[in-house]
Amino acid sequence: MKTVIIKYNAGNVQSVMYALDRIGASYLYTDDEAEIRSADKVIFPGVGEASTTMNYLRHVGLDKVIPSLKQPVFGTCVGMQLMCRFSEENHTECMGIFDVDVKRFPADAGLKVPHMGWNNISNYQSPLTAGLPDNAYVYFVHSYAAPVCEYTVASCDYALPFSAMLHKDNFYAAQFHCEISGNAGQQILENFLKL
Amino acid sequence: MLTKRIIPCLDVKDGRTVKGVNFVNLRDAGDAVELGALYAAQGADELVYLDITATVDGRSTFIDLVRRVAQTINIPFTVGGGISSIADVSALLHAGADKVSINSAAVRHPDLINELSLEFGSQCIVVAIDTRYIETANGHEHIVHTHGGRKATEIRSIPWAKEVEDRGAGEILLTSMDTDGTKAGFALELTATISGNANIPVIASGGAGSVEHFYDVFTAGKADAGLAASIFHFREIDIPDLKEYLKNKDLPIRMTR
Repeated sequence: MKTVIIKYNAGNVQSVMYALDRIGASYLYTDDEAEIRSADKVIFPGVGEASTTMNYLRHVGLDKVIPSLKQPVFGTCVGMQLMCRFSEENHTECMGIFDVDVKRFPADAGLKVPHMGWNNISNYQSPLTAGLPDNAYVYFVHSYAAPVCEYTVASCDYALPFSAMLHKDNFYAAQFHCEISGNAGQQILENFLKL
Repeated sequence: MLTKRIIPCLDVKDGRTVKGVNFVNLRDAGDAVELGALYAAQGADELVYLDITATVDGRSTFIDLVRRVAQTINIPFTVGGGISSIADVSALLHAGADKVSINSAAVRHPDLINELSLEFGSQCIVVAIDTRYIETANGHEHIVHTHGGRKATEIRSIPWAKEVEDRGAGEILLTSMDTDGTKAGFALELTATISGNANIPVIASGGAGSVEHFYDVFTAGKADAGLAASIFHFREIDIPDLKEYLKNKDLPIRMTR
């Protein structure tokens, strides 16, 4: 099986690679369109700011490549947000795979932003959550989130309910960091690779 | 619900943990990777590795250690000690650290906080504040200290905490040098003041001696996370027991067993 991690100007994705190493999966880290298209599984990780990242994806044409992929694609963190329609982070038009807008957590809810740490997810409706205990804890670091919508397959609560995971056709996404989310995160990665 | 985090801290010199560690089931208690993995398996929510090596050779050993930790454990970890430049941070993040903690360098050169958060994102920049309540021209004040808490600065800790947030820190690691090592409890009032003012998470450190102290720092102290070293290393408190206790006190805690 060929797994590709999409290479772009994201921040550090080293932990994603180590997480795949731990479950014994081999992968290619590349931005080459032919390599991406020929992969069995594609991981689109994300660490960074939405508009800079989206501009880069446009510059190299990945903004067209990613939505046209037919194999299972898994976006995480900012990767998930860029798969949505729009992000309030610097008013960024995103790839629009999921027709939902990413919004900043309200400042007036009396909660700290970013939402940082371990929180539980629930209402699973995804093959990626198979085998997870109810209310599994996963690790989040983010200031923007997609509200619960028709593509939500796991939700989380911080100030208000939001989408912890999204799914539409061959596109899967998680707002949290699977790679450092303990055994739960590892299970989700394994489930994705088994699709 | 977002949980309160329990964070063991490991001091590392030349790639090995320095504080005596009393874990009979470890093959090598000085192996910082093995000890971190044990804490992760016990339910630690994050780890902090502090490099207390001063030499250049020790530095590259530490980076190698960071790489091995990242390869081994599947929870977040922060590294700190002697970080003073974008290049230092880049090397540690590329080795697989999730966050870096800066301390003296941020005091000497506060713009570094802005530069690092722009370059790498606020989420991975932790500013450590070592503070001590001392006599000043204005009476007694909480004053920022450097050099492991030995050297007083002119900076007042409470406004400094706000400043580091404004400059782009993603988290504050607040160590009270007054309570550190006393096992008499965290500095609750100061922690509550700083955490209450902050819109970023505050990790409380210094003074943990019992499970009740963690309860106090998460409630009266308003801390988002509690950090300790020797009480975990010497098994005076076992992480599973601590988390069970806090959970039974109705605090939001990530249970792993």
